[in-house]
Amino acid sequence: MIRLEKRPQPSRAWSYATPVLAVIVTMIAGGILFAVLGKDPVLSIRTIFWDPLFGEFAFYYRGQLLVKAGPLILIAIGLSLGFRAGIWNIGAEGQYIIGAICGAAVGLAFYPMEARWLIFPLMVIAGAVGGFLWAMIPAILKTRFNTNEILVSLLLVYVAEQLLASMALGTLRNPEGSGFPGSRNLQQYDSAANTELIAGTGMHWGVVAALLAVIGAYVLLNRHMLGYQIRLTGQSPRAARFAGVRPRLLVVFCLGASGALAGLAGLFEVAGPAGQISIDFNSGYGFTAIIVAFLGRLHPVGILLAGLLLALTYIGGEAAQATLGLPAAAIQAFQGMLLFFLLAVDVLTNYRMRFGRAEVA
Amino acid sequence: MADTLLSIEGLTKAYPGVVANDDVSFTVSEGEVHALLGENGAGKSTLVKMIYGLVKPDAGRMTMRGAPYEPATPHAARQAGVAMVFQHFSLFDALSVAENVALGMEEAPKQRQLARRIREVSETYGLPLDPDRLVGDLSAGERQRVEIIRCLLQDPKLLIMDEPTSVLTPQEVEILFETLHKLQHEGTAILYISHKLEEIRTLCDNATILRLGQVVATCDPKTASAREMAELMVGATLHTPSRAAKAPGDVVLELSGLSVASANPFGTSLKDITLEVRSGEVLGIGGVAGNGQDELLAALSGEAPARAEAVCLHGEAVGRLGPNARRRLGLLAAPEERLGHAAAPDMSLTENAVLTGAIREQLVANGFLKWPEAKGFAERIIEAFDVRTPGPGNAARSLSGGNLQKFVIGREILQRPICLVVNQPTWGVDASAAAAIRQALLDLAAEGVAVVVISQDLDELMEISDRFAALNEGRLSEPRPAQGLTVEEIGLMMGGAHDMEVAHVDG
Repeated sequence: MIRLEKRPQPSRAWSYATPVLAVIVTMIAGGILFAVLGKDPVLSIRTIFWDPLFGEFAFYYRGQLLVKAGPLILIAIGLSLGFRAGIWNIGAEGQYIIGAICGAAVGLAFYPMEARWLIFPLMVIAGAVGGFLWAMIPAILKTRFNTNEILVSLLLVYVAEQLLASMALGTLRNPEGSGFPGSRNLQQYDSAANTELIAGTGMHWGVVAALLAVIGAYVLLNRHMLGYQIRLTGQSPRAARFAGVRPRLLVVFCLGASGALAGLAGLFEVAGPAGQISIDFNSGYGFTAIIVAFLGRLHPVGILLAGLLLALTYIGGEAAQATLGLPAAAIQAFQGMLLFFLLAVDVLTNYRMRFGRAEVA
Repeated sequence: MADTLLSIEGLTKAYPGVVANDDVSFTVSEGEVHALLGENGAGKSTLVKMIYGLVKPDAGRMTMRGAPYEPATPHAARQAGVAMVFQHFSLFDALSVAENVALGMEEAPKQRQLARRIREVSETYGLPLDPDRLVGDLSAGERQRVEIIRCLLQDPKLLIMDEPTSVLTPQEVEILFETLHKLQHEGTAILYISHKLEEIRTLCDNATILRLGQVVATCDPKTASAREMAELMVGATLHTPSRAAKAPGDVVLELSGLSVASANPFGTSLKDITLEVRSGEVLGIGGVAGNGQDELLAALSGEAPARAEAVCLHGEAVGRLGPNARRRLGLLAAPEERLGHAAAPDMSLTENAVLTGAIREQLVANGFLKWPEAKGFAERIIEAFDVRTPGPGNAARSLSGGNLQKFVIGREILQRPICLVVNQPTWGVDASAAAAIRQALLDLAAEGVAVVVISQDLDELMEISDRFAALNEGRLSEPRPAQGLTVEEIGLMMGGAHDMEVAHVDG
């Protein structure tokens, strides 16, 4: 019989080891899943984890890795601040959409003026402000009326999606697009394009912003009073009040910061890899970032690694769909397993396993 | 000497990492009141849990009236005539007294019959209690009577009582003792667990003293002095806190008409509290738990804002200020709940030093934390208050209650407060650590700090207070000089008017 015994303090070694263990267990369970579906499990896992990095077409996939990981990391860093304090922004997808709409709208308003030094920075600011304001709706409702930020932020995702459709079909539609939905392509508008900085690497301004966010969050959490207050509030709200933390201010800061970062991610996506506002512009980065944040243990460096890992499963998953004919649902289940196993093995950080007969207590 | 009722030989129980009971032996005679004395963690609770069938001993044996006694469950223990009144009550607020009693019985009789029996027992033993009242409306003392009557209905041969007086006013204690004496005369043996020595001296015939799981002595509490017993409990010579005589200084803290609604629906709102604390003075605030102690601390620490003029520090209105603004002015506080209020359990001691020390110890510059200085501050606390821990990097929850309490109190004292407010400063702390904390509070007062000590331990308050006041349902009694106060007066101040008359005690 196995018993769990609470550790006097969380094990540092296990807190590093559990993500690795979770990935390994996911590979095993995923392999079984793929085998049941009639695919070669070893080949499937290889296609997902190995080929995009070191396979024949790695030169293409490697660039995609940063393109996918950038927005995931950027959004997850913002979410992790709130999650640490027990403030649950589940609506990053909505803030991402609104950031993209606002940023793109600013860029399109200047079309066809050529002034990159002015237009692109303005778009970046508009993207961040858009995401920030969208996140302020749950923040203000929570601080004023004590509503649940989980529900409000989540439901606003659907509002944002409708707004996106309306923009793509109406206000922001390309006047020269012969009636097709979707805006002008910002990639073809030099002053607004979020171009690849080093050719072939997938490195664009959004990736730079993600790296800056990682560093900023690390400094904030480990060196700054505000980061200390965020961690304290998450651990024991009563002690936080005693320490003089103002809970409402923290709600506004955490939701605002995560909204702004999600908005930035949306802007960099619409001006870069996506290129235009379209009905199906959003692809679930805002939700996947929640997995990234937890997979990275809400730690900035962990999130950086988790973002890259999840991007890999996306790219590898697509490759597996294309080459092996794995169903898309199987890939999603596989990604879900990763979070599931991570949370499951997490118990080892706080508890010690004891094998043997239970004592009569 | 009466016949032996319960005899315990060589009981041993080990938990991973700690031996809770090591070869414990003693006997309880019929009709004897036997005290089980020891500090927190001495193994008293484990021992009675074994007698009550909640814990199975690793070794040793028990006999009841000569027959082997090995209760596997509390049910078996009750069948053998053992009953227990726990420190924490297990009652349902929404049910009446009689319904609660019925829930604990094996074969409950009809409600009306049961109510009659409850009345009989309560009259016989002088425990006033109305079987039809809702438990939610009862005081702590009355709730305890429900538990006791529940036990008495089983006609126990041995009644175990775990720290029964910790929730009672002095008058209620007197009623309880009357009852216990009556039971004793009828031949019921009582195993009485406590660390309050005076109580044991008035009540008990024999005492077994436990330290670190072992029996260190047995004595007759009627002849042994309280000091002797305390030293046996602690295993060291006790230092009685000493203080220098001094003249009270200027008024430092002034509360005038302080009323604060409780944030918690089950809390107690503060009503019109007025008091003055002078420099160099210790004001003791007593009262039964749940009469507004937490709320008063929150109102003073700044967690619960009040009318600006209701709280004045050196004449400055601070009622609206938050905790950090008050700390800046020198008004510091240490709450009762160590884990989760005074300290964050999973954070290191260094991080916990920042929790309240950030401002006065200047551990923050431009919003950035100065970790080396914070660690230094934590180390100074550990050093000055003899906190037993491998180092400041350890999590707060890895410390024992007493050590963490020393850390939490030390953290405030080292910040050189102008006024310090503490709630239950020695709760759950062993006697030597408690003495050290009390001495530190007295030293602080000697340096001219105004000290407010909120506590439920009357002995502690009498030992260190210059003046004493009591909280009752959110109101504060008029503070009076502590010297010369009698137990009766204190009881009246605590509002111990819950059924003060001993009902129908007739031989």
